[in-house]
Amino acid sequence: MAAIYSLYIINKSGGLIFYKDYGLAGRMDTNDSLRLASLWHSMHAISQQLSPISGCSGIELLEADTFDLHCFQSLTGTKFFVVSEPGTHHMDNLLKHIYELYTDYVLKNPFYEMEMPIRCELFDINLAQAIQKDRVAYLGR
Amino acid sequence: MQFFGSSEISPSPPVPTASGNNAHMMYVFNRNGVCLLYREWNRPLRTLDSNQDHKLMFGLLFSLKSLTAKMDPSSSVEKGNLGVPQLPGQGCSFHSFRTNTYKLSFMESPSGIKIILVTHPKASDLRESLKYIYNLYVEYVVKNPLYTPGTPIKSELFNTTLDQYVRGLG
Repeated sequence: MAAIYSLYIINKSGGLIFYKDYGLAGRMDTNDSLRLASLWHSMHAISQQLSPISGCSGIELLEADTFDLHCFQSLTGTKFFVVSEPGTHHMDNLLKHIYELYTDYVLKNPFYEMEMPIRCELFDINLAQAIQKDRVAYLGR
Repeated sequence: MQFFGSSEISPSPPVPTASGNNAHMMYVFNRNGVCLLYREWNRPLRTLDSNQDHKLMFGLLFSLKSLTAKMDPSSSVEKGNLGVPQLPGQGCSFHSFRTNTYKLSFMESPSGIKIILVTHPKASDLRESLKYIYNLYVEYVVKNPLYTPGTPIKSELFNTTLDQYVRGLG
């Protein structure tokens, strides 16, 4: 069992720019992953509208019956979210770490076009390492 | 989705964990999306009129439910298309979400009654409390012979009991 099932990165207009699956169920249909990403983008925005107190910045954690969804939104509006096992607590740190990797290996890549799908080898390698490390830490507990 | 044992009100409600009154508001919807009840205890910010607000809330829950049903990583069986309405208890649902300013707890009964409680983000797991509120609904609303199903709840007794219970909640 993995601690993380999948990782999504969506740009500020709700388009999916990165998707990776770590679960056992197999990769989701590309169209479905795009739809889910833009659906999440809208739900995130609606949750801010419904807040009883001002200053709401959208859903951070969604607890479903079989998984938890942790979301981190950067100041520029890029959203990172992971689907993990229920009850995992260290996901905020992992998301911030993934954000650091994104700034280092994607944004500083001169060939990367903003808001476009991420195809950067260095990002993939470092991401795989980070996920592996997280998984080892999870299994070690 | 479990069914909730006996319909008897348990003699002692689940013990509230944190202190202070942290509840903001509560919604009850039936399966057609009609808002049966809206209670408000502490809501400084209001962006929409109440009718629009209820519609938006129901839409959010509906869409989040189809999102979780599609995203469910535990089964690889065909989950159908995204956005197809799910029957109560069908597919993977959710029980709460948290933002930096509030936490929304959600419960759906087998008959499609949706109970939504919006509280402080630090509130603990409120699943038991929602079940208790559902029991209150069964006792004071469903068993009331003068109540027509599908119409807004106007039971004074239900409202006072609910207020009392939510006030004591974490």
